[in-house]
Amino acid sequence: MTTETAPQAATPAEAAAPLSIWGALQANLREYGLLLVLILIMLFFQWTTGGVLFKPLNLTNIVLQNSYIIVMALGMLLVIVAGHIDLSVGSVSGFIGALAAMLMIGWKFPPELAFLANPIVAGLICLVVGAAIGAAQGYLIAYYRIPSFIVTLAGMLIFKGLSLSILAGQSVGPFPAEFQLLSAGFIPDFIGAITLVPASQGVQPLVLHGATLAIGIVAVVGMILLSIRTRARRTARGYESEPFALFAAKNIVIAALVLFFTYMLASYKGLPNVLVVMGILIAGFVFLTKRLTFGRRIYAIGGNPKAAALSGIKTERLTFYIFAIMGALAALAGMIYAARLNSATPKAGQGLELDVIAAVFIGGASALGGVGQVAGAVIGAFIMGVLNNGMSIMGINIDLQQMIKGVVLLAAVFFDLYNKNKA
Amino acid sequence: MTDTIPEMRDTILPMRDTILQMRDITKTFPGVKALQNVNLDVKAGEIHAIVGENGAGKSTLMKVLSGVYPHGSYEGQIIYNGEECAFRSIRDSEHKGIVIIHQELALVPLLSIAENIYLGNERAKAGIVDWDETREGARAVLRKVGLNEDPDTLVTNIGTGKQQLVEIAKALSKEVKLLILDEPTASLSEKDSEALLNLLLGFKAQGISCILISHKLNEVSKVSDRITVIRDGHTIETLDKADITEDRIITSMVGRPLEDRYPARAPQIGEVVFEVKNWSVYHPQHRDRQVIKGIDLNVRKGEVVGIAGLMGSGRTEFAMSLFGKSYGVKVSGEVLLHGKKVDTSTVEKAVSHGIAYATEDRKTFGLNLIDHIKHNTTLANLWGVSRWGVIDDLAELDVANDYRKKTNIRSSSVYQTVGNLSGGNQQKVVLSKWLFANPEVLILDEPTRGIDVGAKYEIYSIINQLAAQGKAILVISSEMPELLGITDRVYVMNEGRLVGEMPTAEASQEKIMRAIVRAEGKVAS
Repeated sequence: MTTETAPQAATPAEAAAPLSIWGALQANLREYGLLLVLILIMLFFQWTTGGVLFKPLNLTNIVLQNSYIIVMALGMLLVIVAGHIDLSVGSVSGFIGALAAMLMIGWKFPPELAFLANPIVAGLICLVVGAAIGAAQGYLIAYYRIPSFIVTLAGMLIFKGLSLSILAGQSVGPFPAEFQLLSAGFIPDFIGAITLVPASQGVQPLVLHGATLAIGIVAVVGMILLSIRTRARRTARGYESEPFALFAAKNIVIAALVLFFTYMLASYKGLPNVLVVMGILIAGFVFLTKRLTFGRRIYAIGGNPKAAALSGIKTERLTFYIFAIMGALAALAGMIYAARLNSATPKAGQGLELDVIAAVFIGGASALGGVGQVAGAVIGAFIMGVLNNGMSIMGINIDLQQMIKGVVLLAAVFFDLYNKNKA
Repeated sequence: MTDTIPEMRDTILPMRDTILQMRDITKTFPGVKALQNVNLDVKAGEIHAIVGENGAGKSTLMKVLSGVYPHGSYEGQIIYNGEECAFRSIRDSEHKGIVIIHQELALVPLLSIAENIYLGNERAKAGIVDWDETREGARAVLRKVGLNEDPDTLVTNIGTGKQQLVEIAKALSKEVKLLILDEPTASLSEKDSEALLNLLLGFKAQGISCILISHKLNEVSKVSDRITVIRDGHTIETLDKADITEDRIITSMVGRPLEDRYPARAPQIGEVVFEVKNWSVYHPQHRDRQVIKGIDLNVRKGEVVGIAGLMGSGRTEFAMSLFGKSYGVKVSGEVLLHGKKVDTSTVEKAVSHGIAYATEDRKTFGLNLIDHIKHNTTLANLWGVSRWGVIDDLAELDVANDYRKKTNIRSSSVYQTVGNLSGGNQQKVVLSKWLFANPEVLILDEPTRGIDVGAKYEIYSIINQLAAQGKAILVISSEMPELLGITDRVYVMNEGRLVGEMPTAEASQEKIMRAIVRAEGKVAS
């Protein structure tokens, strides 16, 4: 080696060269690959089930069946990105379902406390209790440095036992009608039904849910306006590198998918209430992970906790909050689940944690922490959900279903790692 | 395995009492020649010391010898007991009786002494461990090293000094002929060091040769028969017992002419900005061991102040304990900024008072390697690119691009993953991160460790610019020429104490070394 003594000439920072269409497509393929896989799986089942999968009723069912998994997957994503795990969410959701049932039905309150049985008050209590459970586990994990695996494994056992105990081993139900709306309800049609094909002899009538259609269209227009605005801002500062054709194609495809889905829902009973809740939560978590300093710090502590701490991030407090959020989401999921079954059972929620964790890993999160996206976790949950739904319609035995799901999980993570190593 | 080359016998035979010859060893790492034509010969039954500055190539040479760097990954010959050897792994060299004991002990803390001694070399038949023989054998070698402990005691329950003896016992159990010790006394008390050195003298009497790598020149000159000095990957000279004096060793160790490797400095030094008073810290595990012993120092506006010292002298521990108590327990003392006492008890508080610490170990403590440059740059100052906790992504992109240009990070864009950058560019990302936090006091711990000369120059230039902007800069470095080249004033630290302070204009490597050696002598006597 020759000893250099002169300073090296500063190389000018390369200008943000516009990517070629092919290059940009490649970069996007990994990002949208998962969505593509979901669509392919859906098309596959559409074919094998003889067109049942895409029936409006069935699509609505897929959303309802997986809503609680997705709600918990959002929290689990934060937990896993931060480098932890939460095994207790299934049991906690079951326990909260039981608590909700006891508050609204089981416990006979004296008149001055009767307000506790009000579905809204009971729901709020459940959310607070869930957050408190998460916070308690988070406290032990963050401040006493007990591995999350152990704390939440203990939590899993404790809350499994607690649900059994407060339900006294019985199923409790049915819930008040207002509470059932959480899972079984659809948004009211404030616009009115739109009749495309009137009922007549020999032809199936086709009536669309007006409000659902309106909300879908507004959402698509809003999404397109937002991405145009973002692109304009980036272009103005010279940061845009995505070719316009790709930008347009991406927006058109996503808009088409959303509109198709809206149409499907609208031709059944409309937008389920729980999808509204989910939509708001998903949007909120995307914003949290992409734009909030809180979210950024979660990725930092997952990527390198020591470096994060030495950058002034309060890693303990952050971990504590993450588990509290997880607890609240598990509570919400527990209520959705109970409302859907219309009763709380001692077995409710058991094993759900594994579906939730699988969804997050299929969605591309790293078990080592620091990597993972909300969209990935949601799509991962839908992949599992569609597999369940499609295989059930096909009449595949439950034993085979389990094996196939296991293989899918393994394959998803394998290809993700394989891609990363190749890169 | 070992290749014997018969034709060479003749040339080797005359050196009958030479057990080891390393000839023209050259070892290259990507971009760096760590060793260049290094020669070493060790006679049977002698204690041969190797001395040199940090990074001179001593440990690399020993890794070549012991097969950590396998045959073929270096050039040159190793002739041991009259045979040319081509070790492919540590196992090969141990088979021949060459055993290396590294600075960081390789013991499994939760296994017993006996289990550790025979780890990888178990007393077993058909895979079934013979515990009686294990304990018996362990007892025998423990006796040889004078360690009176039950072989069933867990290693974690004995002190560092005794652990060192267990390592040596482990070496003896392999029928060692050439024992290599890398800084064996670095973490030992004086009494334990003394005992260890006496043990080596005992081995010598039994005909076991020793290679001793040490910074502690007083110890080296006491026990060694010969000393080889290595500097910058070259053998400088081998001194015989009669010629050994500390002065002679120091001159030989640091006798490198200062090249023009440092940008010119035109210091404009103002009032005292940063002051530390009576700073003391205890070891986080051994809570009665004081690591930092009452340090007082100050840095002025626009001044670059260095802390010199050997590895393990406590410099990093000092800096990290200052920065939000990130190291140690029972931290006491005062930190003053502009004469006013400030609270630096958490990293967040330290940063908010304008103190930044760029770590010596950027991969472990400095960077999120799986994330890209942009996110790493803003991590310590997310407030600077956000409002109400919402990050302005374009502002962040501006900042990242700005600092990428300022520190001259070579990458395709700010979206490049930090883990894929070269060491020098990673270091610049660390610097960017702390520059964006806009500190008044910047503590740089080994800012140029493991990076090439060109990148070093750039980092020195950045340090100069920061000083010119009026920042107070504290640089910790094990490379003395670097400290002499870039600082205005140097403190010398040894064993957790400041043992010297001098303006750089009056300092020299000899003076710094002397301050350290003098302090060692004081401690030893």
